[in-house]
Amino acid sequence: MRQWRIIAKEAMARASIIGKFLCLLHVTDAYILSSNHVLGPSMLPTLNITGDVVLVEHLSHRLGKLGSGDLVLVRSPLDPKKTLTKRIVAMEGDKVTFSLDPTRSHSSRSLVVPKGHVWIQGDNAYVSRDSRHFGPLPYGLIEGKAFMRVWPPSSFGLLGE
Amino acid sequence: MGTPRVLWSITKKCFTVGVITLTVSDLFASIVPVRGASMSPTFNPKTNSLLDSLSDDRVLVEKLCLRNYKFSHGDVIVFSSPNNHKEKHVKRIVGLPGDWVGTIYDVVHIPEGHCWVEGDNSASSLDSRSFGPVPLGLVKGRVTHVLWPPHRVGTVDRKTSQNRVSSSSSASKF
Repeated sequence: MRQWRIIAKEAMARASIIGKFLCLLHVTDAYILSSNHVLGPSMLPTLNITGDVVLVEHLSHRLGKLGSGDLVLVRSPLDPKKTLTKRIVAMEGDKVTFSLDPTRSHSSRSLVVPKGHVWIQGDNAYVSRDSRHFGPLPYGLIEGKAFMRVWPPSSFGLLGE
Repeated sequence: MGTPRVLWSITKKCFTVGVITLTVSDLFASIVPVRGASMSPTFNPKTNSLLDSLSDDRVLVEKLCLRNYKFSHGDVIVFSSPNNHKEKHVKRIVGLPGDWVGTIYDVVHIPEGHCWVEGDNSASSLDSRSFGPVPLGLVKGRVTHVLWPPHRVGTVDRKTSQNRVSSSSSASKF
């Protein structure tokens, strides 16, 4: 009988260490730094079509330190289970001019980004579905800022511009 | 003599408890106070009884629904305000993607990935009638139970208003 109690205690101790580690992993992943696999043609030439692994930090958007030109990971307003990677083109209050179809450059519209929203666009304006299609994005959908690429190794480095 | 070590161990314990609480409240369930009367009489009914007027209701918000974002008509949800991401609102889902919801002025089609929310107290509720359909990505959880005050503890039921919503999943009566 004594044996089982010792084994049970040992198992509980091990499980609690694993549990604490998983909790720490979740907090780091959600609030500090995470790595994400992004793919698709909408951010060419900045990000590859076949997929890159980028490091995303989750501090800037909570501190309100995002600005236009930042690469952000956002939850898609069209499908909450998908995350998109796009660039912030305008913050709230800014006036943004855009053309829905860049091949016909004489059709362009402007609007002012409403409060609490941002305007995101993919670098590849021809194939990207972004704020030009679904409108300004509520700030609450932003999940983090992609600042560095770690895979493929040939394009290892900070993401800028 | 042993004070730095005691301090360090207390700090480690606090950190561990904090991390575990944060994880549980993010992934499983958390308890939030409900402010305002926009969901009266479901929350904060503000009757004349003393207990009701003393403090806000506390409700249990479950986060398991955020795995696949499957909501039903009549669910009460917590979501970040589209106009100010720091504010959170508690309202009831009246329309799901694809539905047509009737407001006073016209009929609105709920686009993919969005929902239409309204407070139970239509007279004093800032909801989708003002800021439009809410993207489901802003939803932070679903309210399942009232935990405080003690005399109103219980589950939060679904309440649908069939006469104002034409949903793609319900049979058409026209």
